[in-house]
Amino acid sequence: MDVVSAHNLTKIYGKDKVTAVNGVSFTVSKGEIFGLIGPDGAGKTSIFRMLTTLLLPENGTATVGGLDIQRDYKQIRKQIGYMPGRFSLYTDLTVEENLNFFATVFGTTVKENYDLIKDIYIQIEPFKKRKAGKLSGGMKQKLALCCALIHKPDVLFLDEPTTGVDPVSRKEFWEMLKRLKTQGITILVSTPYMDEAVLCDRIALMQKGTILSINTPQAIINKLPDRLFAVKAGNMYDLLRTLQRNTNISGSYSFGEYVHVVLSPSGISPEDVQSYLQQQGLTEIEWKKATVTVEDCFIKLLRE
Amino acid sequence: MKQFLAFVRKEFYHVFRDRRTLFILFGMPVAQILMFGFALTNEVKDSKIVIMDQSQDRATQQIISKIEASHYFKIQQNIVSPKQIEEEFKKGKIKMALIFPSNFYNDLMHLHTAEVQVIADASDPNVATTVTNYISAIILEYQHNLNLNLNLPYRISTEIRMLYNPQQKSVHSMVPGVMALVLMLVCVMMTAISIVKEKETGTMEVLLVSPLRPMLIILAKAIPYLLLSFINILTILVLSVALLGLPINGSILLLIAVSTLYIIACLSLGILISIKTSTQQDAMTISLMGMLLPTVMLSGFMFPIENMPVVLQVISNIVPAKWFNIIIKAVMIKGLGFGAIWKEVLILTGMTIFFLVVSLKSFKIRLA
Amino acid sequence: MAEYVIKAEKLTKKFGDFTATNAISFEVGKGEIFGFLGANGAGKTTAMRMLCGLSKPTSGKATIAGFDIYKQTEQIKKNIGYMSQKFSLYEDLTILENIHFFGGIYGLNNQQLKSKSKQLLHDLDLEKEAKKLVSGIPLGWKQKLAFSVAVLHNPAVVFLDEPTGGVDPVTRRQFWDMIYEVAHHGMTVFVTTHYMDEAEYCNRISIMVDGKIEALNTPSNLKHQFNVPSMDQVFYQLARGAKRIE
Repeated sequence: MDVVSAHNLTKIYGKDKVTAVNGVSFTVSKGEIFGLIGPDGAGKTSIFRMLTTLLLPENGTATVGGLDIQRDYKQIRKQIGYMPGRFSLYTDLTVEENLNFFATVFGTTVKENYDLIKDIYIQIEPFKKRKAGKLSGGMKQKLALCCALIHKPDVLFLDEPTTGVDPVSRKEFWEMLKRLKTQGITILVSTPYMDEAVLCDRIALMQKGTILSINTPQAIINKLPDRLFAVKAGNMYDLLRTLQRNTNISGSYSFGEYVHVVLSPSGISPEDVQSYLQQQGLTEIEWKKATVTVEDCFIKLLRE
Repeated sequence: MKQFLAFVRKEFYHVFRDRRTLFILFGMPVAQILMFGFALTNEVKDSKIVIMDQSQDRATQQIISKIEASHYFKIQQNIVSPKQIEEEFKKGKIKMALIFPSNFYNDLMHLHTAEVQVIADASDPNVATTVTNYISAIILEYQHNLNLNLNLPYRISTEIRMLYNPQQKSVHSMVPGVMALVLMLVCVMMTAISIVKEKETGTMEVLLVSPLRPMLIILAKAIPYLLLSFINILTILVLSVALLGLPINGSILLLIAVSTLYIIACLSLGILISIKTSTQQDAMTISLMGMLLPTVMLSGFMFPIENMPVVLQVISNIVPAKWFNIIIKAVMIKGLGFGAIWKEVLILTGMTIFFLVVSLKSFKIRLA
Repeated sequence: MAEYVIKAEKLTKKFGDFTATNAISFEVGKGEIFGFLGANGAGKTTAMRMLCGLSKPTSGKATIAGFDIYKQTEQIKKNIGYMSQKFSLYEDLTILENIHFFGGIYGLNNQQLKSKSKQLLHDLDLEKEAKKLVSGIPLGWKQKLAFSVAVLHNPAVVFLDEPTGGVDPVTRRQFWDMIYEVAHHGMTVFVTTHYMDEAEYCNRISIMVDGKIEALNTPSNLKHQFNVPSMDQVFYQLARGAKRIE
């Protein structure tokens, strides 16, 4: 059964009628990690707020755990865990006090569901007497996750949990999510980091309130029709400029230490591009086939 | 219930961990009372007075020399016309004028009663009260000595006139006003900020997603401030009695009960403000500008309501402090019972219910 | 690169008994793009503040464009540009007003302001939006605009504090194109980021752990040194051992 299902969800804000979410539909199955991937302003937070019953959609419907987000908001609120985008715990309360407070608010105790948060909590336990406001970014995020989990929710909504967090903490965070998944908790997570997409079971690539593509990360990658190459040269700045000048090349953009060159399925051959580069006087050219990433697919979708 | 208690405990943590809140909560009331206390209880020494003695007989001479002998007064001059007295007052040089009518001694001896008029500058009400009390005491003493061996007593009646401030407002009437003001500020501002703060920091988002009921959030927010304001009332009362020598003429229990009612009214108003605003700054501005000004101007604490234009008189009816002011004066100073204030109590109760109902109705179960 | 625009020698900042940055030393050449990486709380922000002349070091030496960070903070401020993700432009001013305000701060005269803002609006394709409030334009544009404003006075160094947070991948690359452009013309770029692929765009990067610079080299040399295929892993290996949580 689908734990979350959204049909044509639309959110319009204010007098200026800004459409933040434009007719979005998707489903999430039980025990799945579902990722909303996109930059700021893609509508991720608005979708989360509608699904967590904090906002009413202007159009469309959605259910969480089979309950209607509009009519059954009271029941939904008992069954979900929500971690908002910005840090939303009491900074003047200690780690322990925050956790106890949220446990009581949800009618449970820390002891009762300690198993669920144990792995995460032991990492911050040495600082349990510290005020939440004095924790580092990674620690805050772990505490917030504990607080969102303390009542053993069926569905967990995590709005940009890793934004502004360093790569090490991000990695640890995703490992925690994988462990939670094994406990049967359904997780919806949003992120602006494309490299986190492959860590989800299924993803929706979002931009300006619409879903560009929705599938497993691998399927999205496989669907890219273009041929993708990674190029390096002695002068990377010149290399990029030279590639961008050639209109036969569908796309070229920096990608880590390489420049990714996108060639349409039936267009110019890689050999022609290589000789073009040599003609233009570029040296130390390194040319290889690139591994397609979700980011490449996203760039392609954005350019269309 | 457990949820409720946890919430209340959390609120106490917030209060006790924020020095600024603590200072406003407890520092302000004490500071206000102390300020009034010290500003208004100066000893009166060497007050300048003028005497218009139209009789110039044995009795008046004796009284005047008694006045001269006391160190409270310095007799400026003996003058002859009422006009001169007025001029001296206008120049602000004298605190008091004493007028003996002609035939003072004759009246006293033959009619057994004589009048003396005391006029005081009451623009400084405390000083005026003190100087008239001293002068009355001196005259009484003279009368007492005169009557020691007599069956039919001589009586000097002192007619006191207060210039410029006929109501003779003094520390006695200030304290209820200060109480109304301080409780208003503390209760309204503190609660107004406490809910809005959660909206601003984003914690409200998490609370909304929880199964907590709005009523519970509102009550749990108000309870700590109710308790703390209660402590405030006691502090103010103890300070007023101990430091300012203010009498509590009525029932202390009734006094505490009506004060609690007033606190609840203020808390409800604070909650309403915080539900209607979305930033701490807005909440602060509204509770300071919107509440402080009417409370000072229209509660009858500074200016008598009866002398205001009709429009302001009507508006003053919606200021909770006005009703509290009436109640507390009745109970504390006049020593009246519940029978005399039931109408005002009813109005305050009505206001409280109104604020709470509107708050509950406006509490958003969702964002935006 | 003989000409060093940033030169830091054992730069240290202590807050009480807490050493935020612990004797860091490095040089950045003219026109170099220098990535300044580190885990949350490693001391990046503190180091950056000292280099911008906003905070006095406890000990150590440093010069920015030849100016001493102890004595010549005023000159330093004239010769650097600064942009951060959190604040860069006034949301309630229009695009043009922002450009004029920041240009004015750095002492551009009216004529320069006029020609520079015209050029800038043209380059960013914002001519039609010039009179719009900054609050109304998309984040990607804001960041590009903020960068252009930060380099309007042609500073020797521009400091970028997580400039591309939350920006879509296409705009992020356009942003980096702009960085390459200014570096190509000789401006030094000092940038912090949480995107590890962006670390690869830098000429050299340093990685801070617990207040110290634990690694400083070109991205490819670092990968060699740690024998891993990506910068992500280099970072992970270094920062994993971090003790500090604050």
